[in-house]
Amino acid sequence: MSEQIEKWDLEIHPKNSLLKLNLSEMWHHRDLVLMFVKRDFSTVYKQTILGPLWFFIQPILTTLMFSVVFGSIAKLPTDGIPQVLFYLSGITIWNYFSDCLISTSDTFIKNSNIFGKVYFPRLVVPISVVISNLMKLGVQMSLFLVVYFYYLITSDKIHPNSILFLFPLLIVVMGIMGLGSGLIISALTTKYRDLRFLITFGVQLLMYATPVIYPLSSITSQKRWIMELNPMTAVIETFKYGFLGKGTFSVMSLVISAVVSILLLLIGVFIFNKVEKKFMDIV
Amino acid sequence: MSTVIKVENISKLYRLGEIGTGTLARDINSWWAGFRGKEDPNKKIAEKNDRSKKGNSEYVWSLKDINFEVKQGEILGIIGKNGAGKSTLLKVLSRITSPTTGSIKAKGRIASLLEVGTGFHPDLTGRDNIYLNGAILGMRKAEIKQKFDEIVDFAGIARYVDTPVKRYSSGMSVRLGFAVAAYLEAEILIVDEVLAVGDVEFQSKAIGKMQDISSDGRRTVLFVSHNMSAVKSLCTKGMLIKQGMVEYMGDVSATIDRYLTGDNDMADTGIIPVNLPRQYWTGEARFLKVTLSDTLGSEKKIDFYYRSSFVVNIELEVLRDIQDAIVSIMVGTIDGVKILYVDSTKESAKGLVLKEGKYHISAEINTHLLPGTYSIYLGLNHTDGRTIEWLERVYDFSVLKSSVESDEHYRWRESYGFVLNDSLIEISEK
Repeated sequence: MSEQIEKWDLEIHPKNSLLKLNLSEMWHHRDLVLMFVKRDFSTVYKQTILGPLWFFIQPILTTLMFSVVFGSIAKLPTDGIPQVLFYLSGITIWNYFSDCLISTSDTFIKNSNIFGKVYFPRLVVPISVVISNLMKLGVQMSLFLVVYFYYLITSDKIHPNSILFLFPLLIVVMGIMGLGSGLIISALTTKYRDLRFLITFGVQLLMYATPVIYPLSSITSQKRWIMELNPMTAVIETFKYGFLGKGTFSVMSLVISAVVSILLLLIGVFIFNKVEKKFMDIV
Repeated sequence: MSTVIKVENISKLYRLGEIGTGTLARDINSWWAGFRGKEDPNKKIAEKNDRSKKGNSEYVWSLKDINFEVKQGEILGIIGKNGAGKSTLLKVLSRITSPTTGSIKAKGRIASLLEVGTGFHPDLTGRDNIYLNGAILGMRKAEIKQKFDEIVDFAGIARYVDTPVKRYSSGMSVRLGFAVAAYLEAEILIVDEVLAVGDVEFQSKAIGKMQDISSDGRRTVLFVSHNMSAVKSLCTKGMLIKQGMVEYMGDVSATIDRYLTGDNDMADTGIIPVNLPRQYWTGEARFLKVTLSDTLGSEKKIDFYYRSSFVVNIELEVLRDIQDAIVSIMVGTIDGVKILYVDSTKESAKGLVLKEGKYHISAEINTHLLPGTYSIYLGLNHTDGRTIEWLERVYDFSVLKSSVESDEHYRWRESYGFVLNDSLIEISEK
């Protein structure tokens, strides 16, 4: 008698294979990604008077504060760029990265009540977070562009060039970098939550190690290699170079940044997958 | 019928206690053993899942070697005491947590409903939450759109559909959550206790919906509940889980009977602790034990069929001679409303003469209570009214919706309960 080989749609085993992403399952849940994006984006400023205006208030106030503290008091150089434009460009871009990183880094802890009741590919959540931050970036870019065009017309110190068209690539690199490191941290914090305390001020510290509030050119060349170890440095500098015409642009460091971000993402997905199956018992 | 779920040797290990600095050492220990290809030393010392005993090991098998198969179209009722491992099993089946050993194979989409309204966002409207919750449960947007009106209709919230869910009453959001899940098109549905919420009308509506879902024989349902009448009316097959193992699997009535008559914990044996804090107590006598049995004599029952009589059995210890005692038994609801009062004055109006020693007291209650949960209250007085002992809610029990005779099942608006005060209290020295 021939044993009939049965076909099963689903098999559950104690361990995941290491890099099995299950893309078809992710694809099936694409509507869920959109729902999460919609939820995150539309509920941030619910029941506030100023509503979506808050998307602008935060970068405006930060820019003003930076102009006063770093520009007027500490007198840090801005490469000849008007201070407001210089700080706003750095903040807009940096915020996207730091939001992606911080808000994906507590995926498991923040969503443990949903994860504890329903199964769907867990990666849906961090991916939707990155996309909703992308929308936030879009809104804040409009503020940047308004200020940018104002200075472009009134000042002769700004010289945009073709590197500007690398902008989408920069966004992708930052998103991947934020997502990758966020995934790593979220996986590491499920059991031992020590890293959670590090992350918020760690990102703040990282900002000072990245040329956000000062130009890379103001760093002496002996110390500059330390700055260039930071993969965010190339991204920020390329952005400033493309839009403002000042800054440093090197294909090499940009490629390195891209490679590092992809590596981070691969490691992140790998650890995330490993933790995903058992995190409910330890979170 | 083909097998749609096949569970093989599923076990689940849990660690008890807190995670802290100390656990790191054991993690490294486990990891090092695995690295060298040896068996995890922490797994070896794991113990059976028995929550009432204080074990020696920090590790416990919440599930141990579970094997079963479910065929297409079956509605499997999973029952067992709190902590037996039912929910863990459902969590493993719904891929929320992974098993420690073993494998599960399934055909078709599994949708789990371990909670209603998972992921509801309080600031979003009912409409947005239907889409969000549906997507979380695995539905496509187009699918939800197509069923949207039916969902709103079933939940009965048409008027509030554009109001944020945080303004809903809790019952409304529960109904909305269940309505979304009810329209899931999954081949296998896993349901945990969700019927325990909502009002009576909604509960029967929900059970009706579950029966509809499974009536075409295509879809399979796994249903966990403590509500025996729901299990009995809904399920085609039963599974009893005890201490993380399958104790029995088979016909649903047989499974329920096995569960109800199975041995109980110390807490369920009816023994009244000597050190129980007593509001009134003169020290002359104390109740030792109270249990309920059916009229056929099977002891320690906690669930009774609708329209069946039951017997209250009490053990009383008299510490000092009493010349004029009245024993009273009351049945009330668990929130303290007394329904029935019987006492020993019919036997002797001047009071019972109780000598030092132990007595056995019993009374048959022929009252037909409506389905629900009730409790026993006990009193011992002097004839002049002075309380010797008064105990509230010493023994909880339930009256089921189903009856011994199938044509006498409880039916809403057609069935009535009644209270008979004719019980005689029998008292005998032990």
